[in-house]
Amino acid sequence: MSSTTHSAPGQPREAHAPANEPRETYLTDGYGWKSWLLTVDHKRIAVLYLISISFFFLIGGSFAVLMRLELATPKGDVVDAETYNRLFTMHGIVMIFFFLVPSIPAVLGNFLVPIMIGARDLAFPKINLISWYIYVVGGLITLWIAISGGVDTGWTFYTPYSSTYSNSQVAMTAIGVFITGFSSILTGLNFIVTIHKMRAPGLTWFRLPLFIWAQYATSLIMVLATPVLATTIFLLGLERIFRIGIFDPTIGGDPVLFQHLFWFYSHPAVYIMILPGMGVMSELIAAFTKKRVFGYSFVAFSSLAIAILGFMVWGHHMFTTGQSPYASMVFSVLTMLVAVPSAVKVFNWTATLYKGSIEMTTPMLYAIAFIGLFTIGGLTGVFLGIMAVDRHVHDTYFVVAHFHYVMVGSMVMAFLGGIHFWWPKMFGRMYPEGLGRFAAIIVFVGFNLTFMPQFIVGFQGMPRRYHVYPEEFGVFNLLSSAGASILGVGYLLPMLYLPWSLKWGKKVGPNPWQAKGLEWTTQSPPITHNFTGPVVVTEEAYAYGEEPHKPKFVEGPEEKPVVR
Amino acid sequence: MSAEIAHAHEHAHALPPGVRPPVSHHFEDLEQQEESEKLGMWAFLITEVMFFGALFTAYTVYRSLYPEAFMLASSHLDWKLGGFNTLVLIVSSLTMAMSIRAAQTNKRNLMLVNIVLTALLGATFLVVKYFEYKSKYDLHLMPGPTFDVAAFEPWGPQARIFFSIYFAMTGLHAFHMVVGLVLMGWVFVKAKQGHFTPQRYIGIEISGLYWHFVDLVWIFLFPMLYLLGAHVHGPAH
Amino acid sequence: MWKDIPILPESASTIAPHVDLIWWFLVALTVFFVVLIGAVIVGLATVYRNKNDGRKAVQIEGSTSLELLWSGIPLVIVIALFVWGTTVYIATLKAPADCIDMTVVGKQWMWKVQHPTGVREINDLHIPVGQAIRMTMTSEDVIHSYFIPAFRVKQDVVPGRYTSMWFQPTKVGRYHIYCAEYCGTGHSAMGGWVTVMERVDYERWLSGATGEAPEVAGKNLFESMRCASCHPIDAATKDIGGAPPRGPLLAGIHGKEVDLKGGGKQVVTDEYIRESILKPQAKVVLNFEPVMPSYDGQLGEEQILQLAAYIKSLKGTP
Repeated sequence: MSSTTHSAPGQPREAHAPANEPRETYLTDGYGWKSWLLTVDHKRIAVLYLISISFFFLIGGSFAVLMRLELATPKGDVVDAETYNRLFTMHGIVMIFFFLVPSIPAVLGNFLVPIMIGARDLAFPKINLISWYIYVVGGLITLWIAISGGVDTGWTFYTPYSSTYSNSQVAMTAIGVFITGFSSILTGLNFIVTIHKMRAPGLTWFRLPLFIWAQYATSLIMVLATPVLATTIFLLGLERIFRIGIFDPTIGGDPVLFQHLFWFYSHPAVYIMILPGMGVMSELIAAFTKKRVFGYSFVAFSSLAIAILGFMVWGHHMFTTGQSPYASMVFSVLTMLVAVPSAVKVFNWTATLYKGSIEMTTPMLYAIAFIGLFTIGGLTGVFLGIMAVDRHVHDTYFVVAHFHYVMVGSMVMAFLGGIHFWWPKMFGRMYPEGLGRFAAIIVFVGFNLTFMPQFIVGFQGMPRRYHVYPEEFGVFNLLSSAGASILGVGYLLPMLYLPWSLKWGKKVGPNPWQAKGLEWTTQSPPITHNFTGPVVVTEEAYAYGEEPHKPKFVEGPEEKPVVR
Repeated sequence: MSAEIAHAHEHAHALPPGVRPPVSHHFEDLEQQEESEKLGMWAFLITEVMFFGALFTAYTVYRSLYPEAFMLASSHLDWKLGGFNTLVLIVSSLTMAMSIRAAQTNKRNLMLVNIVLTALLGATFLVVKYFEYKSKYDLHLMPGPTFDVAAFEPWGPQARIFFSIYFAMTGLHAFHMVVGLVLMGWVFVKAKQGHFTPQRYIGIEISGLYWHFVDLVWIFLFPMLYLLGAHVHGPAH
Repeated sequence: MWKDIPILPESASTIAPHVDLIWWFLVALTVFFVVLIGAVIVGLATVYRNKNDGRKAVQIEGSTSLELLWSGIPLVIVIALFVWGTTVYIATLKAPADCIDMTVVGKQWMWKVQHPTGVREINDLHIPVGQAIRMTMTSEDVIHSYFIPAFRVKQDVVPGRYTSMWFQPTKVGRYHIYCAEYCGTGHSAMGGWVTVMERVDYERWLSGATGEAPEVAGKNLFESMRCASCHPIDAATKDIGGAPPRGPLLAGIHGKEVDLKGGGKQVVTDEYIRESILKPQAKVVLNFEPVMPSYDGQLGEEQILQLAAYIKSLKGTP
């Protein structure tokens, strides 16, 4: 969302914007900066989040570009070791805490949760705005750290390196992450209350869109796990500033306790970074097959199962720390169990295609890419859950590749798919479809080229967080860097054409995809209170029925002027 | 949370007494709004449980690693002051509950008195805590470079961990008490303006939930930190 | 050029083939499912594409038997994998009896190794082929991780405690050692080479290198620190000037179980010896007073390892 380009060669025909009768939408409800920065409208807050996370995605992405540039050759010829260590740390911190965790919940969730359940806003609109400000404060601190020298502990902040030995801005980073945590706690809290208490009459739990189920499971994790991270980071800050000794082995502390506390948050946080994507997936697949999602309740409950299991597997990050083998066995078997609800989701999405009426739109391409990449990401997780194998690939590029397949290959794909899918709803205009599909294919190819070679070097034993590496890993790293440049182009395209479409995109009616769901029954973009009249739900989610539907991009009738 | 309740009340000022205040624009009715507010506070308290939970975990781990050191270090805490503070908080929970009861039964003055009493008891707790902290500081029991490791031979470093956890937990608890006092100030103003009626007293009710939670945390902290070594005769204070 | 680029790491230890077998099974499993799901998606997407011919999407509720099937199959597979992986893992936990013990101390950014004969190496490791090696490891500063990909072993090296791992090389050659746990600026430079040699070559290499065996160094330390003034080795030296010994006798104590003051038992391990040197009051042996001072800060990690080796070498009964 960086800038609007003014080159518009393929200007759509003016016929699509007939005489622009002024229409009231949430976007026209006030124009000054105050109307945005002091808004309590969940949709405007979603837009604020969209702008800010896109900004952090660019920052985190540029760190990644520098890293891949450095790793293109085995020698350290682009940046020195200190800089490289700061780059991968800042890349991790920015991407995880400032992009992935808030991406789908705070943007799509904020925009859609109230609309999808027929409410006028989230339960606590002001708290919603406060959460964005907290995010911004945390973000500014992080930016300041990036400018003033950075931090070099890795995003995992392992003690005693972070607490005693690092010569970088650990305390300040801890404060930044600590503050940002409250932003996601408040978002989660808001969603839980909203989903429990504010559903429209007739909208029972099992009529909810699966996106809502996924947001609900995510919110549970945010509310239960983030406070533990906050405390852990709080103790780390105290240790760093006052030398209180809790994690310092030279004065009686236990550095491994830090890892337990850290992963108690951060493993569930991994599911914060994938469950919302799974929710988006269900919506996309249903909309572009024009079918009810196969096995609705199994997909819904598998989200909860993943959320719950997520709290019991943190120890699989610590198989090599000298943890008791019995504890490791328990963590190992529980980790393996996560594969089951994940597989259930993949199979159900695939089965939904059967006898559907499938349209290969941009969001659908992202959805299909998601299924493939998530299958790889999920199955390589099984490798890591097996102790004998993990002992070899732990802390190697295999792990790096694995979690990028889950977090980037899956979550970012879902985010992009969701943004394209709901873009006409959010802004009332369609993005250029051809360019969209092209970008989706570029992203898919670039992604695999970047991260597939990392599985191979990982198995060969290349450890992660290495600034220089032996010659024999050179070819695969070069491939990976080449892939990254393609991936970068793929990500830049939507960042250019989406803002472009805000002004020049084709105008759309309430339901350009002919999809089901409350959000498609209101105008695009919606009015501030979402719906003009009371909402009553009388049917299940994805009630597509058996009638044939018209081809895509139907220009819906313009709504009548809204009466308030 | 408080901002939200304030929001709900924005429209209430101009209303004649006895008329139910209107509902915030995005809620269907008052019942939905109140239920949401209550659930919101409960969810918030669950995050608080997890927040303190990590510290309780750290305490448990180190106490099982260094039982003697923890007992020895605990004997340097003044269980009498801690016990006094426990009593203060229990009474404050009572006055808190009485103020809610007064709101329900429309006894405005009784409600105001009880709110003031609750706040005063909370302040008393913090004053006592201040003197405890100060004495720990003077005795070099504050973790950090000045910590008196020699006082706990042979358990100096382990005792320092005890005091780190002590300060982290009681410090966080004290911070919550300060937030509670601010909340009491807000409740007092709202009560004075006549916002709490037998029909609508959700603001004071969920503030009470918070207050009871903070008290409850202390009920756990007191035996864990103070009573653990009370029978050991450490150096006199 | 492709033949110079390794796809697979060398497989040079007894456990490597076991790990690789699981690995290849997993790779096959992954490929199978990715191809299966990919083919089904492409197939369905082609067959059921909306061709604007008025065909309707058929609404299907779901199928409980299918759900059970595709929850059951992954469940069976992962449980089987867990059992297989854990069996391999457990089998590799306990070192064989005839292994040789080495000590490893990690510090930013080097690996210090000492052989049982006393030979020291930094970053390198020379070992005879076919010989099981057990490493007792600790760190002087931050957490490191000793990683030899060719042997498929990795173990974190944690300050303040001992961790151990073992392996048995099967193939002569030179293999990478890495530090796998991020440890600061020089992390990627913290590594070296394992050289696996024929036994005769190893003996020749050993004789070329000099050094004091750890138990010899430990004995010297033991004497220079005057440990025996409280800890006589056996009954023969028990009475020192007529006074009873102030600490437990040490001959044969390693590996034995002792009763502790205040109840409980403790097996005398390297870890316990380390603790008793650094924090003597933590676990006092029954019938002794907690009078020993702490040697924390006076003895380095390597010296403590040498003392433990010496105590271990004291045979007989007290």
